Amino acid sequence: MTELPTQTEKKLGLVIDLDTCVGCHACVISCKGWNTENYGAPLSDQDPYGAAPTGTFLNRVHSYEVQPETGPAQLIHFPKSCLHCEDAPCVTVCPTGASYKRVEDGIVLVNESDCIGCGLCAWACPYGAREMDQDQGVMKKCTLCVDRIYNENLPAEDREPACVRTCPAGARHFGDLGDPDSEVSQLVAERGGLDLMPEQGTKPVNQYLPPRLKDDYTNTGEIDILAPLLDPVAPDAKGLLGWLDKALEKL
Amino acid sequence: MGYNQPVVETSPKVSDEIRKTTCYMCACRCGINVHMKDGPDGKRQVAYIEGNKDHPVNQGVLCAKGSAGIMQVNAPSRLRAPLKRVGPRGSGAFEEITWDEAMDIATKTLAPIREKNPEKLAFFTGRDQSQSFTSFWAQGFGTPNYAAHGGFCSVNMAAAGIYTMGGAFWEFGQPDWEHTKLFMLFGVAEDHDSNPIKMGIGKIKARGAKIIGINPIRTGYNAVADEWVGITPGTDGLFILALVHCLLKAGKIDLNYLSQFTNAPVLLNGDESSPDFGLFLRDSDGKPVVMDRTTGKLTAFDAKGVKPDLGASFRKAGYTHRTVFHMMIERYMDDAYAPEAVADRCGITAKRIRAIAAQLADVAFNQAIELDHEWTDFRGTKHTKMIGRPVSMHAMRGISAHANGFQTCRALHMLQIILGAVETPGGMRFKPPYPKPATAHPKPHCKVTPNAPLDGPHLGFVHGPEDLCLKDDGSPARIDKAFTWDNPMSAHGLMHMVISNAHAGDPYKIDTLFMYMANMSWNSSMNIGGVHKMLTDTDEDGNYVIPNIIYSDAYSSEMVAYADLVLPDTTYLERHDCISLLDRPICEADAVADAIRWPVIEPDRDVRGFQSMLCDLGARLNLPGFVNEDGTQKYKDYADYITHHIRRPGIGPLAGWRTGEDGLQNGRGDANDAQLDTYIENGGFWMEHLPEGANYYKPWNMRYQEWAVKMGFYDSVQPYIFQLYVEPMRKFQRAAEGHGDRQPPDHLRKRIIDTLDPLPIWYSNAAENKADAFPVTALTQRPMAMYHSWGSQNAWLRQIHGRNPLYVPTKIWEANGFSEGDWALVTSPHGKITVPVAHQASLNENTVWTWNAIGKRKGAWALDKNAPEATKGFLLNHLIHELLPPKGDGLRWANSDPVTGQAAWFDLKVRIEKTTAPKESQPQMPAIKSPVGKGPDHLAWKTGK
Amino acid sequence: MHPAPSIILFTVLSGLGFGLMIFLGLGMPAPTGINAFIWFALAYIFAVGGLISSTFHLGNPQRALKAFTQWKTSWLSREAWLSAITLTIMAIYGAGLVFLETRWTALGYLGAACALATVYGTSMIYAQLKTVPRWNHPTTPAMFIAYALAGGSLLAGQVSVSLVLMGCAAALQAFIFFTADTRFAARGHTLETATQLGDIGKVRAFEPPHTGTNYLLHEMVHMIGRKHAQKLQIIALLLLVAPIILLLLPFSHTLAAGAVLAHLAGVLTARWLFFAQAEHVVGLYYGKRG
Ligand SMILES: Nc1nc2c(c(=O)[nH]1)N[C@H]1C(S)=C(S)[C@@H](COP(=O)(O)OP(=O)(O)OC[C@H]3O[C@@H](n4cnc5c(=O)[nH]c(N)nc54)[C@H](O)[C@@H]3O)O[C@H]1N2
Ligand SMILES: Nc1nc2c(c(=O)[nH]1)N[C@H]1C(S)=C(S)[C@@H](COP(=O)(O)OP(=O)(O)OC[C@H]3O[C@@H](n4cnc5c(=O)[nH]c(N)nc54)[C@H](O)[C@@H]3O)O[C@H]1N2
Ligand code: SF4
Ligand code: SF4
Ligand code: SF4
Ligand code: SF4
Ligand code: SF4
Ligand SMILES: [Mo]
Repeated sequence: MTELPTQTEKKLGLVIDLDTCVGCHACVISCKGWNTENYGAPLSDQDPYGAAPTGTFLNRVHSYEVQPETGPAQLIHFPKSCLHCEDAPCVTVCPTGASYKRVEDGIVLVNESDCIGCGLCAWACPYGAREMDQDQGVMKKCTLCVDRIYNENLPAEDREPACVRTCPAGARHFGDLGDPDSEVSQLVAERGGLDLMPEQGTKPVNQYLPPRLKDDYTNTGEIDILAPLLDPVAPDAKGLLGWLDKALEKL
Repeated sequence: MGYNQPVVETSPKVSDEIRKTTCYMCACRCGINVHMKDGPDGKRQVAYIEGNKDHPVNQGVLCAKGSAGIMQVNAPSRLRAPLKRVGPRGSGAFEEITWDEAMDIATKTLAPIREKNPEKLAFFTGRDQSQSFTSFWAQGFGTPNYAAHGGFCSVNMAAAGIYTMGGAFWEFGQPDWEHTKLFMLFGVAEDHDSNPIKMGIGKIKARGAKIIGINPIRTGYNAVADEWVGITPGTDGLFILALVHCLLKAGKIDLNYLSQFTNAPVLLNGDESSPDFGLFLRDSDGKPVVMDRTTGKLTAFDAKGVKPDLGASFRKAGYTHRTVFHMMIERYMDDAYAPEAVADRCGITAKRIRAIAAQLADVAFNQAIELDHEWTDFRGTKHTKMIGRPVSMHAMRGISAHANGFQTCRALHMLQIILGAVETPGGMRFKPPYPKPATAHPKPHCKVTPNAPLDGPHLGFVHGPEDLCLKDDGSPARIDKAFTWDNPMSAHGLMHMVISNAHAGDPYKIDTLFMYMANMSWNSSMNIGGVHKMLTDTDEDGNYVIPNIIYSDAYSSEMVAYADLVLPDTTYLERHDCISLLDRPICEADAVADAIRWPVIEPDRDVRGFQSMLCDLGARLNLPGFVNEDGTQKYKDYADYITHHIRRPGIGPLAGWRTGEDGLQNGRGDANDAQLDTYIENGGFWMEHLPEGANYYKPWNMRYQEWAVKMGFYDSVQPYIFQLYVEPMRKFQRAAEGHGDRQPPDHLRKRIIDTLDPLPIWYSNAAENKADAFPVTALTQRPMAMYHSWGSQNAWLRQIHGRNPLYVPTKIWEANGFSEGDWALVTSPHGKITVPVAHQASLNENTVWTWNAIGKRKGAWALDKNAPEATKGFLLNHLIHELLPPKGDGLRWANSDPVTGQAAWFDLKVRIEKTTAPKESQPQMPAIKSPVGKGPDHLAWKTGK
Repeated sequence: MHPAPSIILFTVLSGLGFGLMIFLGLGMPAPTGINAFIWFALAYIFAVGGLISSTFHLGNPQRALKAFTQWKTSWLSREAWLSAITLTIMAIYGAGLVFLETRWTALGYLGAACALATVYGTSMIYAQLKTVPRWNHPTTPAMFIAYALAGGSLLAGQVSVSLVLMGCAAALQAFIFFTADTRFAARGHTLETATQLGDIGKVRAFEPPHTGTNYLLHEMVHMIGRKHAQKLQIIALLLLVAPIILLLLPFSHTLAAGAVLAHLAGVLTARWLFFAQAEHVVGLYYGKRG
């Protein structure tokens, strides 16, 4: 259904903490593993042992270097999968209705049996969140693990996306961003969650928590606050022994 | 019309069965749930692998390698059958043979050696997790030439930790993630404790606590660090000693802790004329003495109720004997360690060093924590609270893989200790069976008797010249020259010297090199081209200089090509393994745990688990411990050994579910036939939590000590104090100064005196590595999503890291006018490579680096010859040599730490210049013939229908 | 964007085919009988050939009919409908001319309008994409329509009209060449907005998420050198202007054929550039705009 629902009951999505992501790619591979085995066609690989290997992945981790005005450059690992946009252009461009946004939870999915593999939805997505599977010619994208989060064959605590479950640093959070009281919404409020490329007007559901202030020493007076802590108790070794005697006395 | 949308099956069947075992894509050993589905042939197949939430190590999370296990167990590079070399060594030409034939060859090769000269077998294993088993085998064989890979890996870290405080970081200790407020990470990209470190960082981040990363390179953990200290490589020791200087000077040290729990108050012999000058003053029982502040009397350090005086001095017979602490003050208060004096060399401003010292002082003392836990120390003193200094540190190869690494690691531990931040809440905590002082470890053994076992375990901790592994004529007893004057405290052996020593016949010639799980012709060797020559070199009769090479690998690695006999191993899901407390533990600070692997799938090839194979080979060779009295094979296979082997009374490989008088019991007990089944039922592991009140202060906490004895970590309580001053080092210095009857060769005297200082020091290795002509340090880092060489055969992982550029800092980038896509010629005193470059600003300005072990040799790993790993990927190893460049004294010095022999990978100095892009990265070695063919050209992996 | 031959052929050929239909529908010319058959066959070969070519870009062409379902929102679906409707109307109209030698004028006008709408529909597939600022602009439909009209009139032999239209098309193309380069920047898409890391400082792509290639890089991150592009732009413009000169010369069939070929080559070149120069915002994430 290429019409977007006017409203969804929930806005399920991910909150990704850029302050915490160490760039380990665990989420990338666990996503590949779960999704090649589950929803829809397997995520194929071409020339997997050859000179130019390529394959379908639903989640990729970039890394960027950022140069602040003062202080050393910073490096930020940046995982990216479908943001399950509220105004998802990938859905409205789809000619077949294969791409749709679910009313109950806002998940953007591809119904592979309807997909003609025209690629237009991938073109419409600003975030590179869709990849056409070269083996089956159908469009692949993050399903928000729709086959995990409600799956009654999984223990309740496992009903979360594969990438969230596996993330060793706990940099990925899953929940209802439509509910202001949810843990994810609170986290977003607290840490100032951000939309990627807001000027595209896609209203992403997934939110990114920006890195916290780094290398604070370069631009604060904190050093001076702490400096007295290092005031010498003695000028030299001999003096220190004298101090030591007194200090031990007090113990 | 409502919004109609397809119905999605949201509750598909996940699998037919979950089998719980232990991951092995690295040494972290996470618990995994292997989801199995029925395949088309009716056999259960691996469908999906996820972390086991109950497991102590990973608590459900799993890294990229672990999640890609399915691509590993199905990799086309898996060896399929035993191989016998038919072409020249190194060509890769083999024929497949039967196991009968393979075992026959191995037996015929090894039996005569054991008969006459057991030392002519050199048996070295790689990053294996069954060292307590393989060493037991080697001991039974009788060769002194056994070690695992620790010598080229991180023995500096391990040895410094154990000698100093009875435990190391590595996987033996961890920050108190729950309480720490300031975490300093030195030289770590990934480490063995991969997932736990990430989980810990996540916890710290969730609390908003602070991380300081000390690393020339800002990626990974250092990228998320709140403060990045882009230190000049090799200078951490200096930086740390400057922090120590600041803290001492400001009196920001934990005096109580130092006096009670360390040897800071122990008195040193000040009698320059005594052979014991600089050794501890001891009482009649041989116990180091302290001065009691209450009585003013000299007392054994552990006497009941003693209050050791840190500042004591004791005058007798004209000599003043002073405390260790005295010496520390004198040394580290010196202006040579002032921030201003070290700043330039470390590449860190003095202001910054002070700021960090001030933060340490602030968190340790102003933000101290107190837990309401009562505990009693080893002197019988009761404490109502546990005081915590919530400063924690962790370090790994960045500080240990330098030739000054041992002392740097020691310095770091000293810093932790003066802050009172080891085994206290918020600091660093040991994981059982640690803490365990060096004295509770075995000493090395090397006495060879033909046809008989060695006189004891090969590896251990020396406590003076008397413990060195020297023959009567003073020559090295071991092929790797471990535990000799060259590197007296080489606790893990020196695997990286085996091939070159064996080739040189120095200290003696060997007959067979038997290796397991180490890619020694490629990424784990220095001087790769040279190693290839040594492995293939022939004598005047045309025989190979190293006559026989037997190798066990599971995959078609670069090393396989150099073996005469290849024993194909199973993959990690196809065999039994045992992650034992006798080996490298998987415990958490709050719990003791061990684990197994078991065959969750059957091999579809003619392969055998290496350890099971050794049970068979051991029996064929009649090794004690491997045969019954009637000469029959004792252990049917490794599973049988795991269940039934008894190491010491009541102690076997696995501590869980042993049997006793009242049924099952943990820790000690008799063998239990059903033990493995119980492990499997329990998710593949066993875990028991520490009793309440035993969680901190473990070396001195009697509740912990007693529990440790009950569990069988040792047989009597072993409280000890931290060794800020390592007396055995002083003993080596004394020998070098001419005392005692075991004397070092003259050319080593000065170096021993200079470097085996019992208190931490720092020295530079830049000059030896020709830093004047080669001013840039070249480093490697482990990619989190690759394990050494094995990851490249993994179809998923190699898409992430299929090649590696050399990352170049802005200054060098601009000076050379580099732009994207350029290549550089990189020259070291030893060799040249030509490689692609990339720019990184968040990098120390005199450092270049690349990902470790991405470069592959053509023909290996079932990859296409034009795989980017081979055509664009590269290794720095071509530039590194096991010997330092000649310095003109006619001697060749090893490129290793003079204390432990640890390979100094990160002392590599290079020069870099722009060059025209060659067709492929250089050097290129000729392709090897693949014994397994090539992988398929397409994958669409789905097990279930 | 990857200049896929199937898509280039699709847009160029179907543009020409529907362009020709516009003029046939308008009765310029209004042949009958076998003559009409040839004209219509030509138009259908181009239009249908183009459409068939487009299916080579599909992963699952056997399901192509499903593309008719989403006309409410999808320009691709609308284009499918419009082309099907146009082809049907023009078939009826053409049948009248060929078999009944009758010209149903109103139907012809309707067919022409539909053909025009089809071209517009095709153009909107690209013009709607906010992710490709170069395309997401009124000049995109204008350019598609200009080419359809110019090419259609040329094929239809409407020399004088064609001269004007080709001039317009060339001018429009020149305008696009001159102005479109700045559109990406004008929209304000940067690596900073893409990553939201701009508050910290200047952002630079460090390590890509994969050293291997992938669909995105292949499909959407096509890089073309500035110099190379400029050269092709000049060639395209020369080819687009050439027919005007050829037609201004005394008429000959060779010159006319040359004009058609030059025009076709010019449109193909321009269309290749339309894709090759188009920068998808996703390129930002890879540190590449392209
Ligand atoms: N994913 C993955 N995990 C692994 C492995 C693997 O191959 N892949 N290998 C395992 C093995 S065998 C080992 S030994 C461990 C090693 O684990 P690590 O110790 O994390 O090993 P390296 O990746 O070598 O990282 C060394 C770090 O030290 C830094 N460094 C180098 N020189 C200096 C210095 O002088 N000072 C400071 N402060 N930093 C410095 C480097 O920049 C780098 O970040 O990892 C284990 N875990
Ligand atoms: N330049 C540079 N070089 C380095 C380092 C560095 O930091 N920089 N680090 C050094 C360090 S710390 C280490 S530990 C070494 C590691 O170097 P190696 O120990 O050589 O590590 P791997 O490449 O993992 O090789 C292990 C071999 O074991 C095989 N193997 C894998 N699984 C199995 C199995 O189940 N059974 C058997 N029998 N074999 C198996 C693999 O196929 C491979 O051939 O590299 C060292 N080399
Ligand atoms: S991220 Fe891309 S694929 Fe996902 S909903 Fe938004 S536009 Fe669609
Ligand atoms: S590729 Fe498939 S899902 Fe995407 S727009 Fe085309 S038909 Fe729709
Ligand atoms: S939610 Fe599921 S499909 Fe989406 S990125 Fe995570 S693992 Fe992949
Ligand atoms: S698993 Fe977590 S830490 Fe690792 S790359 Fe993904 S989000 Fe980052
Ligand atoms: S860290 Fe990764 S590879 Fe290592 S044992 Fe754990 S899951 Fe396996
Ligand atoms: Mo290692």
